[in-house]
Amino acid sequence: MTLDLVLRIALIVGAFLLLPLIVGQTEHKVMAHMQARLGPMYAGRFHGWAQLIADGVKFMQKEDVVPAAADRRVFTLAPAVALVPYLVVLVVIPVGPGLVGRDLDAGLFFVLAVMGVGVLGAVMAGWSSGNKYSVLGGMRAAAQLTSYELPLVLAASSVAMAAGTLSLPGIVSAWQWWWLPWQAIGMVVFFIAGLAELRRPPFDMPIAESELIMGPFTEYTGIRFALFMLSEYAGIVVLSALTTVLFLGGWHGPLLPGVVWTLVKIFILAFIVIWVRVSYPRLREDQLQRLAWAWLVPLALLQLALTGVVKVAFL
Amino acid sequence: MNLDAVPSYLTPTGQEIVFLLLGAVAVGSALLVVTTRQLVHAALWLVVTFGALAGCYLVLTAEFVAWVQVLIYVGAVVVLLLFGIMLTRAPIGRSPDLDSGNRVLAAVVALATAVLLVTVVIDGFRTAYAPLTEVDGAAKTIGSSIFRTWVLPFEALSVLLLAALIGAIVLSRTDIRGRD
Repeated sequence: MTLDLVLRIALIVGAFLLLPLIVGQTEHKVMAHMQARLGPMYAGRFHGWAQLIADGVKFMQKEDVVPAAADRRVFTLAPAVALVPYLVVLVVIPVGPGLVGRDLDAGLFFVLAVMGVGVLGAVMAGWSSGNKYSVLGGMRAAAQLTSYELPLVLAASSVAMAAGTLSLPGIVSAWQWWWLPWQAIGMVVFFIAGLAELRRPPFDMPIAESELIMGPFTEYTGIRFALFMLSEYAGIVVLSALTTVLFLGGWHGPLLPGVVWTLVKIFILAFIVIWVRVSYPRLREDQLQRLAWAWLVPLALLQLALTGVVKVAFL
Repeated sequence: MNLDAVPSYLTPTGQEIVFLLLGAVAVGSALLVVTTRQLVHAALWLVVTFGALAGCYLVLTAEFVAWVQVLIYVGAVVVLLLFGIMLTRAPIGRSPDLDSGNRVLAAVVALATAVLLVTVVIDGFRTAYAPLTEVDGAAKTIGSSIFRTWVLPFEALSVLLLAALIGAIVLSRTDIRGRD
């Protein structure tokens, strides 16, 4: 029992440390090739595989500066508030039949609640930096979160309604292949709203390096800045994993073992996240809010109605 | 609710100790919310209060309520609050003008409310003791109880919320005018 628990925790922490790095390295290389460049080629000799490790060592050696005008306590706490929720979320994500840190009865709500806390990190960082660009970034992050939380929760509840349970392994077990067309609208809404919640391009209005110079993260240096970067990639992993579990049937798939299917689906979605970043320009603030309220919320409600009608009439 | 014999209070279980500690955290951070001299810190202490409250629900096996508490209050209400503060004024450091002249009166009202609630709870339940079961707080149990037994209050509340929503839209739109 204890050994089992220790093993599960070790696996989850290992995945938390490894997967974001793989996604980050993939982003370096995929972005480079999409832009007809080579990307990192030297670190670690073979196609720059050790680039992010080298980056990590560099970040750790840099001086950790706290601006004189900053609110010291909140400033130093913010990176942890941004990063830790994603680690906690991984505990309830199932990767295979029975392969889950802990099967919570209301696992879906646990995930959504904890992910919402993560955004508080960016708001705290933006306010406490004592920098007007950072405050603007923090405000944009807060506004973005409050509008995209709604379609995210609505789309996720549609799946919970279809499966008749809030437990994540329960949802995957109940999944059938024809849910793909049935929940297609919900999947698109969930993925787009999730991207916005992670503040990834094209929803990187709060970070906008060309106008806000990284927004909430302007004043951060060294290891704390690296923690924010790590939380962005951990967020990509968590969003891809959640979309896989809720909408793409998790471990279901022919021939290969379940865990492999889960990982394959996660990495395909992570690739799409990178692809979208390279392809689309940043949305303006009003376009961003319009997309959430005029498109995603009505579409999510439509999906909820569709799920309800099909569930009552045909199942 | 089936009420069993009351066990001794001298040998508290682990659950009871954790519940008391979480309650202490909730009350302590709530006091800090109203006494801190830094505006944004008050909102951040509110996060701690809501978190401790969610922890209390968890100890009472009300898992669903706990996560909804975090999702709505920490994820939406506090973020909206912070957005509002940052939009108007969010000074770093102490603000001298945070105290209101009404604070003595407010403290008296708060204390009276607390005394009233505590008296009602103590008087209503006395030494009633309900053992905790996993099933009572599960999403399924809560769902069927809301949509079967309590469906009328639930619907009444949703109509109230809808009215408030429409009211907010009407107030915020300048192109909708009342009849003179």
